[in-house]
Amino acid sequence: MSDKLKINDFVVRFANVNGTGSASANLLFCKAIFRMGIPVTPKNIFPSNIQGLPTWYEVRVSEKGYLGRRDGIDLMVAVNAQSMEADIKSVRPGGYLLYDSSKKLPDHYRRDDIHFIPIPLMEICNETYTDARLRLLFKNIIYVGALAELMQFDFSVFESLLGDQFKGKEKLIAPNLNALKLGSDFIKANYKSTFDLKVERRDLLKDAIMTDGNSACGLGAIYGGATFAAWYPITPSTSVVEAFMEYADEFREEKETGKRKVAIIQAEDELAAIGMVIGANWNGARAFTATSGPGLSLMNEFLGLAYFAEIPLVLIDVQRTGPSTGMPTRTQQSDILEAAYASHGDTKHILLFPSTPKECFDFTATAFDLSEQLQTPVILMTDLDLGMNDHVSPPFSWDDSKEYQRGKVLDYDDLEEIQRFGRYLDVDNDGITYRTIPGTHPTKGSFFTRGTSRDEYAAYTENSPAYQRNMDRLVKKWITARDYVPSSQLYQNQHSSEYGILFFGTSQYSAEEAMDDLKENHHKIDGLRIKSFPFDQLAIDFLQNHRYIFIVEQNRDAQMKSLIMIELGISSEKLISVLNYDGLPITATNIVHQITHSLERVEKYTTV
Amino acid sequence: MTFIKPKFRHPDLPKNKLGYTLSYYEGALSTLCAGCGHDSISAAIIQSAFEMNIEPHKLAKLSGIGCSSKTPTYFLGNSHGFNSVHGRMPSVATGANMANKELLYLGVSGDGDTASIGMGQFVHVIRRNLKMIYIVMNNGCYGLTKGQDSATADNGSISKTGIVNQFQAIDLCGLAIELGATFVAQSFSGDKKQLIPLIKAAMAHNGFAFINVISPCVTFNNNKGSTKSYDFVRDHLEATGTFDFVPEMEEITTNYESGERHAIKLHDGSFLQFNKLDSDWDPLDRFSAMKAVHQAREKNEIITGLLYLNQVAMDLHELVSTCDRPLNTLKKEDLCPGNGALATINAGLR
Repeated sequence: MSDKLKINDFVVRFANVNGTGSASANLLFCKAIFRMGIPVTPKNIFPSNIQGLPTWYEVRVSEKGYLGRRDGIDLMVAVNAQSMEADIKSVRPGGYLLYDSSKKLPDHYRRDDIHFIPIPLMEICNETYTDARLRLLFKNIIYVGALAELMQFDFSVFESLLGDQFKGKEKLIAPNLNALKLGSDFIKANYKSTFDLKVERRDLLKDAIMTDGNSACGLGAIYGGATFAAWYPITPSTSVVEAFMEYADEFREEKETGKRKVAIIQAEDELAAIGMVIGANWNGARAFTATSGPGLSLMNEFLGLAYFAEIPLVLIDVQRTGPSTGMPTRTQQSDILEAAYASHGDTKHILLFPSTPKECFDFTATAFDLSEQLQTPVILMTDLDLGMNDHVSPPFSWDDSKEYQRGKVLDYDDLEEIQRFGRYLDVDNDGITYRTIPGTHPTKGSFFTRGTSRDEYAAYTENSPAYQRNMDRLVKKWITARDYVPSSQLYQNQHSSEYGILFFGTSQYSAEEAMDDLKENHHKIDGLRIKSFPFDQLAIDFLQNHRYIFIVEQNRDAQMKSLIMIELGISSEKLISVLNYDGLPITATNIVHQITHSLERVEKYTTV
Repeated sequence: MTFIKPKFRHPDLPKNKLGYTLSYYEGALSTLCAGCGHDSISAAIIQSAFEMNIEPHKLAKLSGIGCSSKTPTYFLGNSHGFNSVHGRMPSVATGANMANKELLYLGVSGDGDTASIGMGQFVHVIRRNLKMIYIVMNNGCYGLTKGQDSATADNGSISKTGIVNQFQAIDLCGLAIELGATFVAQSFSGDKKQLIPLIKAAMAHNGFAFINVISPCVTFNNNKGSTKSYDFVRDHLEATGTFDFVPEMEEITTNYESGERHAIKLHDGSFLQFNKLDSDWDPLDRFSAMKAVHQAREKNEIITGLLYLNQVAMDLHELVSTCDRPLNTLKKEDLCPGNGALATINAGLR
């Protein structure tokens, strides 16, 4: 057994029963590490269920700042009898198992290659508390106290954390601190063996925040000026609109009247949700909806209408594991093609790929500008991992001098000066035409919005050249869009390898770590992170100027690779897929393994 | 093919209070079949908007897909229009209305667009009491795809090809009353005298105003044995009463011949004057309205008129408490909390 001290570099997994209050205790543990200035990543691996099924919470601590999920469990906190046997098996050799020893562990669960840390959690609770609910809740806090003692936490962190958590409910602070102390005292008195996972206070996080992407999207919609949201509840997107509601309570109340500067409607389904959003945007309000894969499928027809009738809208797709209902509480990046070409006929949609909560905030706000400037849907492609897990992120910031970009909208005075208004006339030769909002002018600017073909003056037509002119103009607009969307992130000033690695969204964390790993093993690979579709020039150059490009994505069918091949005509032989589609966030180990394997093959066949 | 109507108008045509002539409320030339009931409804909409002195740009017309949903092209040519997707007009109207509470929203739909593919949205827009006028041009068949039965085709009705409909019909008015619609009316495209005051009253209503208009399809469902043919409908019409819409400040001049007389004040100050024919029925009582609908169905009659009215219910804007200013007029200053507020938010996330 290795007893080498692992300071600020380990993975703890908590195995709980869902609905027992473990989430807040586990978060307390994670937040304490965050408060000690150490990079930390929690992943909630939960069932599609409200109460009674196994749920896991994994916390990776990384001094080096690697925030992706990591394989290998150094410490398992096993408090769920249902999953205990498998949980014990999953600990890496030399690792630790902290478990509730109120009941004797079956002999066949025992392993000789890991350390056992027994704590009679239930017994302590039964002795200390009479109320059944308290027994259940504080059991979780007690093991956090035990961990804090084992790992040598700075205990004052808990005092400040609980102080913040129970502001206004100060009565609850002391009982929680007591429960922590029960755990810590038990370890002090009873655990005499070795324990090599330690935390040490650092100042690595500076001004970083810890939050989830969905809340950040909700806040971004507030800052982006959304006044209308329509939605249908679906995991994992529900908390986007819930966050928007909460922030709206805070920021969108009209002081004088108590009335609200926002309307939020829970629709009867996703079709209605996006229909409402289209109606509101058509009528000049910034409006959005949030959904996940099954909802996106339902929204297809309306997305085609918005594309063809050129109506702005913002759609936040928090992707989950498909197809069909799939694994509703697991993550994936598998809606890419569905979103890029949503709806029948020739359509293309603008996609944004945020990687951090800060980008969820920024891109959501930007999406409103983009959709109004380009008069087309903008789809934010986030995922369950980013949306529902807490992430260390740069803090939110906003440039107060920035104005909302409302795009080409004619007001009363503009219309006064125009002889004849043509809704689909390409006046500026960029494919983007001028629109009017209903109610603007008594005699000018009204037109008929339709999903049927029409001419430049919005009149219905079945004239082939007129139809084709319009379709070609939409392509021109698409090309214009390249200059509007957020540009890719390059990881080097100059290309230094004939190999490139391309990734997007939540693969960023593990891909960056993999690049470091590969570099240490003498495989220098250039990196690029895509932030949007259509692809910008930076991405096009990167793809063209490397001999082989590894494309990291979290789906089975290499959807981003397909998109690149279709849109840029890049040969499939140049593009090597690095895929992960088990529903869990991709790990650096996995990426490194796949790339190393490919490199060996490539080198075998290409060296003469 | 684009039809263009001659623009020339006689200079002495009567004008409404806004100075617009009736022709200003017209649209493009209809491309529906000659004799289509829908064109009569379009004409009634034009007349109503003219008489109600509606600023065309303060009204938005919305529709789904189908023959009926084409009609917004044929009326109110100076209003913004939105021909959306099949069965989804209510959602688009909901969003549009939420964005700007100052416009009047006129939705037009058909029996396929409402009672089949759009049933879900129809039901839910009623629940929300969205302030809009929702007209169904109901002909019991799918015209644009050449005459298949729709969900409002009566059981036993015979189609043009001689097939007897085996399925139960969906009674849209009965359903609307059941769901708590706050204004439910039924009429016949051939009865302009009744239809125009109904549309005017719907325009004055502060909530969801539903008008189901039986509107025969001359091409595919006007045959013998069809219960939506002109002949059948005329023979089975049963008006609940005669009434007139009296705008605010106007002298009440309508004369009623007999029966019980009622005047209902609408929220905008106008009046509806009733002359009840059926003594059992009270348009302000939901149960009696339901009963009247059921009885008519039993007797194979088509009752027309304003069947039910509830002026007490709050509309969607009131329900979600939106501010008085339309949401689409709010500016960055009204909406964006600014960088300062982020300091507190960031601090709370550390």
